[in-house]
Amino acid sequence: MNRRDFLKKTAKALALASVTGGTGLLFHNRKISRYGAIATKANDFEVAASVSIPRIALARNPDPLTALNRALDAVGGIKRFIHPGERVTIKPNIGWDRTPAQAANTNPILVGEMVRLCLDAGAAEVIVTDVSCNDPRRCFIRSGIRQEAEKAGGHVILPVQEDFVRTNLDGELVNIWSVLKYFVFTDRFINMPIVKQHSLTTCTIGLKNLYGILGGQRHQLHQQVDQSIVDLAAFCRPTLTVVDATRVLLHSGPQGGSLNDVAIENSVICATDQVAADSRAVEFLGLNAGEVGHIALAEKSGLGKIDYRSIGYKEVV
Amino acid sequence: MSIKTVRNLRRCSQIVFFLIFCWLILKTNFEVGFTPTDITEIKLPYPVSIALQFDPLVALATLLANGTLYKGLLWSLVVLIPTIFLGRFFCGWVCPLGTLNHWISEIPSERFRHKGTRKMESNRYKKYQRIKYYILFVFLGAALVGTLQIGLLDPLSFLARSIGTAVLPMIHAAAWGLLDWTKGFGISPVSTAAQSIYDLASQILLPYRKVHFHAVLTIGVLFIIVLILNRIFTRFWCRAICPLGAMLGIFSRFAIFGLEKDESTCDHCNQCLLSCQGADNPDIGFRWRQSECHLCLNCQAACPNNSLKFKFFPNQKVSKTNPPGTPKVDVSRRKVIASVVGGVALYPLFRSGDIFEVNANPRLIRPPGAVPEDDFLARCIRCGQCMRVCPNNALHPTLLESGLEGVWTPILIPRIGYCEPTCTLCGQVCPTDAITELTLKEKVGNAQTQPIRIGTAFIDRGRCLPWAMATPCIVCEEWCPTSPKTIYLREEVTYNRHGDKVTLKRPYIDPDLCIGCGACEYACPVADEAAIYVTSVGESRSPDNQILLQRKVRNKTS
Repeated sequence: MNRRDFLKKTAKALALASVTGGTGLLFHNRKISRYGAIATKANDFEVAASVSIPRIALARNPDPLTALNRALDAVGGIKRFIHPGERVTIKPNIGWDRTPAQAANTNPILVGEMVRLCLDAGAAEVIVTDVSCNDPRRCFIRSGIRQEAEKAGGHVILPVQEDFVRTNLDGELVNIWSVLKYFVFTDRFINMPIVKQHSLTTCTIGLKNLYGILGGQRHQLHQQVDQSIVDLAAFCRPTLTVVDATRVLLHSGPQGGSLNDVAIENSVICATDQVAADSRAVEFLGLNAGEVGHIALAEKSGLGKIDYRSIGYKEVV
Repeated sequence: MSIKTVRNLRRCSQIVFFLIFCWLILKTNFEVGFTPTDITEIKLPYPVSIALQFDPLVALATLLANGTLYKGLLWSLVVLIPTIFLGRFFCGWVCPLGTLNHWISEIPSERFRHKGTRKMESNRYKKYQRIKYYILFVFLGAALVGTLQIGLLDPLSFLARSIGTAVLPMIHAAAWGLLDWTKGFGISPVSTAAQSIYDLASQILLPYRKVHFHAVLTIGVLFIIVLILNRIFTRFWCRAICPLGAMLGIFSRFAIFGLEKDESTCDHCNQCLLSCQGADNPDIGFRWRQSECHLCLNCQAACPNNSLKFKFFPNQKVSKTNPPGTPKVDVSRRKVIASVVGGVALYPLFRSGDIFEVNANPRLIRPPGAVPEDDFLARCIRCGQCMRVCPNNALHPTLLESGLEGVWTPILIPRIGYCEPTCTLCGQVCPTDAITELTLKEKVGNAQTQPIRIGTAFIDRGRCLPWAMATPCIVCEEWCPTSPKTIYLREEVTYNRHGDKVTLKRPYIDPDLCIGCGACEYACPVADEAAIYVTSVGESRSPDNQILLQRKVRNKTS
């Protein structure tokens, strides 16, 4: 071995040794984030309240379209809520593979009409979506909502795994959770629940309907159901809550299945106070809002009024 | 028409049939519209299992095993009868697995470096090509006594299963990973481009939701092995393993179409042998074997002197140095009988074990409409179509849940997906009636008729939140689809660890109402092992696997 070979070999070995050692040191105990970015809600969905306009109205009419329009007009009309160029997300209850008559999902005619109203008010895009329990390909069609919403020009989205974003809900209990992105990145949010009996929360109306924005293991939230619902309501604060009480599911909720479980009530509630909306709607189930855990807690947390008559309740036909 | 044109026709035919086969598997998917006004029947728009119904081996084996030719299996005659006259045209022109093996065998590799003798010799007829006949007769022997094992190696079942439960889910997982990886760069044009490619792929290739299959490892690895074998021997599967190829080889015994060799013009360049797919000795000086020939026509196209010709009623000029072709299969009668006997012996071997009769797996939940287990094992060809079509990813290939006898037959795993009460797709795609085609009315039942049950749910009170942990939870009851609900709640008082009184609702099960759909087990929030689970007891298909005496009596009399 001559000097040149000796130097060359040694230099190469040293170089490799320092790269190896350096790599080890560089990555030693490196903190890595295991999850991607965490989203936060970009927009405030609510519109400013006005003293002269009631915060809640109920319309009773055998024609669901009339009922919806009357109730909506009584709380200020669609133009008050939807402004030209805005992106609107409508969240009906599309939880189950059930027909409209079985009253497990929101009345499709109301959803279609709501889409039409938003588009007429100048909305740039109206998204209709929900995180169904049963296979969404069945739920969206069987409920009739896909057809009605698309006919009206809405953009119906069946959520897939890629559509969920890890979001900071910043609640007492529910913090980082996987949320369907159309409920996070939008301008206006219209909650369109149906009135149903529920064995744990006694009722599922607008507040409980918000479970449907979540992905992940949302069934675990039932362990502290009241607080988790209130956290969701505080996060969402919908622009408008439109309660479908045309048909009400009295038993075997929230899925139903038999027409014997259904009562015809021909009513629609529109409200800018989501607690008031539920408080009025539980009466269809023969309940008192003050005794419903999550509604009571929602009022206590300052999300709205149980005593809906105190905020200008109006009943029209 | 020149021979080169005919060869090109053969290539087109291979491509077309391969694409049709893949398209049918892609369409074995729930992507249909229906009217919402009533509970309507949901039907697939295409006969997606039709390719399997053209399979003569499936037809013959199911005929032997259960005495009928189900539904579309008569189509298999469209393949079988021309084979009697022409030979194994199916292998060279139609079979999608054969085509795949053909293509992979043609990829240049180190094997091709030994161009001359070595490749030539590897294409000469070999004794190992008899294996496929033994496999065929073992399977036919087994089918004869009622255990259908043909699906393990039948090429169409094999390919449908491999693509449906292994290849497509792998593509999905890979696409997903790639998308995630590109998004990790945080460069928006890159992630937008990746997203649009992904969206395009999901339009064509990927199902609505990512699926995960239970026994995918065994299926995937076997598929890869079969493909890799082509790198060692050209079309090893087709030459040595394929029982359908063997069956068609036997049926070409009286073929009127064949190879005519003209020794006088041959200069022994061996081009024919180099290009041979089936290793059937096309070159002059060796005995051509009808039963091994795929009719790919490569030899005729390769011959520079027109010494080889495929024609009807070939007239072979025989000489001392040019033996005549033979239609006979190179298997002795003794070995055929031994194989059949071996196949017959599989039945007592399987059934004397415990899993079938006395120690059945309680988690062996068969799809709704599945026929009784004995009959099921005589019908299922393990093609995986039911698993592919199931919208909830509920159906999976078994590993050993139904013993070695039932490897890759469908099992419902409720933790992964439950049986959608209004869905009847698995029965619609089953090509052999292992899963009976149900109407919606038959499945859900009504006041007069019982619904189809696939099992019964049980609560594990040691894991259930309200039972064991004084914590409220009603998710199973919420998800229960029967009306009235099978799972009912009772308000009860319990104490937490501090001795405080806690009032909560606890779930109970009414076994008379339970249909075993598994929605409760699927939705149970106890993340790993659910606190409510379904076992097969109570399944409609079995009169004996019951709990309730009342139902046992009813089943026996009806």
